[in-house]
Amino acid sequence: MAHGPAKGLSRWLFTTNHKDIGSMYLWFSFAMFFMGGIFALVIRAELFQPGLQIVEPDFFNQMTTMHGLVMVFGAVMPAFVGLANWMVPMMIGAPDMALPRMNNWSFWILPFAFALLASTLFMEGGAPNFGWTFYAPLSTTYASDTVTFFIFGVHIMGASSIMGAINIIATILNMRAPGMTLMKMPLFVWTWLITAYLLIAVMPVLAGVVTMMLMDIHFGTSFFDAAGGGDPVLFQHVFWFFGHPEVYIMILPAFGIVSAIIPTFARKPLFGYESMVYATASIAFLSFIVWAHHMFTVGIPLTGELVFMYATMLIAVPTGVKVFNWVTTMWKGAMTFETPMLFSIAFVILFTIGGFSGLMLAIAPADFQYHDTYFVVAHFHYVLVPGAIFSITAGVYYWLPKWSGKMYNEVMGKTHFWLAFIGLNVTFFPMHFSGLAGMPRRIPDYNPLWADWNMISSMGAFLFGAAQLLFLYNVVRTILSGKKATDQVWEGAEGLEWTVASPAPYHTFSTPPQVK
Amino acid sequence: MLSTNTRSLTLLFATSLALSIPALGFADELQFNMTEGVTSVSKEVYGLHMLIFYICCAIGVIVFGAMFYSMFMHRKSRGVEAANFHHSTSLEIVWTAIPFLILILMAIPATTTLKKIYDADDADIDILVTGYQWKWRYEYLGEDVSFFSVLKTPSTQIHNEEDKGKHYLLEVDEPLYIPINKKVRFLVTSSDVIHSWWVPPLAVKRDAIPGYTNAAWTRVEEPGVFRGQCAELCGKDHGFMPIEVHAVSESEFTAWLGKRKEEAAAIREAAKQTLTLEQLLSEGEKVYTKNCAACHQADGKGMPPTFPAIAGSPIADGERPIAEHFNRVLNGGQGMPPFGEQLTPVQAAAVITFQRNAFGNNTGDVVQPIDILKYKQGQ
Repeated sequence: MAHGPAKGLSRWLFTTNHKDIGSMYLWFSFAMFFMGGIFALVIRAELFQPGLQIVEPDFFNQMTTMHGLVMVFGAVMPAFVGLANWMVPMMIGAPDMALPRMNNWSFWILPFAFALLASTLFMEGGAPNFGWTFYAPLSTTYASDTVTFFIFGVHIMGASSIMGAINIIATILNMRAPGMTLMKMPLFVWTWLITAYLLIAVMPVLAGVVTMMLMDIHFGTSFFDAAGGGDPVLFQHVFWFFGHPEVYIMILPAFGIVSAIIPTFARKPLFGYESMVYATASIAFLSFIVWAHHMFTVGIPLTGELVFMYATMLIAVPTGVKVFNWVTTMWKGAMTFETPMLFSIAFVILFTIGGFSGLMLAIAPADFQYHDTYFVVAHFHYVLVPGAIFSITAGVYYWLPKWSGKMYNEVMGKTHFWLAFIGLNVTFFPMHFSGLAGMPRRIPDYNPLWADWNMISSMGAFLFGAAQLLFLYNVVRTILSGKKATDQVWEGAEGLEWTVASPAPYHTFSTPPQVK
Repeated sequence: MLSTNTRSLTLLFATSLALSIPALGFADELQFNMTEGVTSVSKEVYGLHMLIFYICCAIGVIVFGAMFYSMFMHRKSRGVEAANFHHSTSLEIVWTAIPFLILILMAIPATTTLKKIYDADDADIDILVTGYQWKWRYEYLGEDVSFFSVLKTPSTQIHNEEDKGKHYLLEVDEPLYIPINKKVRFLVTSSDVIHSWWVPPLAVKRDAIPGYTNAAWTRVEEPGVFRGQCAELCGKDHGFMPIEVHAVSESEFTAWLGKRKEEAAAIREAAKQTLTLEQLLSEGEKVYTKNCAACHQADGKGMPPTFPAIAGSPIADGERPIAEHFNRVLNGGQGMPPFGEQLTPVQAAAVITFQRNAFGNNTGDVVQPIDILKYKQGQ
């Protein structure tokens, strides 16, 4: 039974091992994170001061679009799938994922999807320039020919996500160790189970909407063309029916990660485990009935507007429960503040701030002033950067010693945290102000009224970007020459993944453990 | 361990403080809150915004206060032992119920204001607002007055060759005029992609969607100039299609509208006259700069492949029949928007003449306004 990985490139090409595939997902995501980050820095460099300095408006639009697409589909989602690959089998005492060959395939089609997407940057007509929300008819009748590459890229990403999600559900439902009942599963496993269902429900909707675009562009249909009897608003309904659950796909696994980390460093069990599970399920359910709050200004009838406003406000309730549970988990603990804990605490604070602005955006009359301004940009970056990016970073610091068998450098980790924390707030907090003061999003040039806020944001963005280089260096240095980590790694850590050696052997739990 | 933890926490506080200082210091010059606006609706919206903001602040103080207290007091380095509690049904019920009640209280005024925003009936004046890539068109329904409103900021300012004015990118050649103390209804639509008509001081934001006509309304209580921008990404020059509303007294408005009607009559009259080549070329260059140069460029070389060159184009240099040139300018095609609505017959004749005699297209053709009218009638 004891056999190691194959040698050389074939190990990575043909592997069906959940740990190898998890590592590839994480490295791929890291690369995409830097690519999307460079796009963001082009945006911030152009917006450093009023006037056009560095790029032309059309290229600016390509940058905002590519930044969004690459970060959402290339950085955040694959990182969560990578963490699931590594951790779900080890957390439930399974030897591997349920469908290992499909696992290999769902990873390896991703690089092709992003190669298709990124290749448009070098084509006549340029990359997609209609925003990551690609509203028709700007993305159909009025788009350049390269939009077809974008559509096929999205199809492949969607296929990859759906296969990943099926695999995770099959693994969790079929391969738990004896005694690991559903309500004993770590919260990361629970949140991923629910996320996987969300993915299966909405990725086909995304595939549907881009296919309708493809038909409109190449086969003469008029789904979204008013002149042919179609409806541009239909596009938005279908897109956001995918898009709103999608934003929870990017946050629910994050809830799972911090729910693992905070108890470890508070040395106290997670408070309200059951209510956490129910709150996650409620958020997932609500995510299907709030999509039109992204469309408050399209002219939905009053009744519809009210229903979507009330439903959206409701999301604050289960989200609040989660925050209260985390705070109560910390309460009367015996806390230490290693890097994963710092990122997790920053997650709770900053995600809550993003939640507050989300609640403000839910108030439809006020949304008429907020909608499509930098206030919205501030809101979703406060949710996604501390939410998804910080939790993934926390997870990497938390589990890296288990993966590599080596301990990362704590001083460098904390330095990374503080630079990222300051950079993030300097970048995104002023965007609340420029947005409220009336600056629309997705513009390459602006009135000097908003110049100060933009200059501050741009400086913060470069600081945040530089901090991530330190992260990369720390990770590489740990793997190459870190100090040996213990099997337990963290004093307060509990769960099956800490019962195996560090680094985790190539095959774990070939004989299932008994969970009491 | 103690020193590192204390340092980390002090730093966290110092950072939060440092973040709030610039905000306070700039308060006089810098706007960092929503405008209260100049209508009863915009003031209500502002009130809702502040109410929900204060609610968030109060919750934030409680939650973050508890967190920071816990981070200081419940540290391992202080020698505390971790408690072991992990469940309380009553607590969970309390912190589910209280936010729920707060939300209900918040929903009531929000619903009232939303109903007002949606009540666009019984308007005194109707204005059809149409979004184009990248300008707005305003039509006073029943008044026979309509015009396009285009960015006025010169490209020298945009390209940093000249200092930027106070209303940089927020100024237009033809502002929209409305009377104060009248209910003005905006019927918002689009001729190409989706735009969004937004004037913050009026708290009016409505998407301009092809195939839809969305209604919004305002009743401005004090005269003034109110500026806004397109709020929905609509392509290359999305950042360059501002809105400028002049709210004036009723008598001033009536006078302005009368002048506009006379101008409209004059344009109809002008379409009957015959112009010289020089007149057409000089007018045509102006029209070209305002309407064509953004895509086809001032030198007529365009930005291929998206925006083809006019210099040496078979449509403009006489290789193909002139009717194709008429058709392209008036009806658009291959991604180009139609200009038949927005150019007067004189302007259309002038710009076609100009394009056929500039950038090396030496056809010598002269197009008269009457030719344009005939072409339109023949369609």
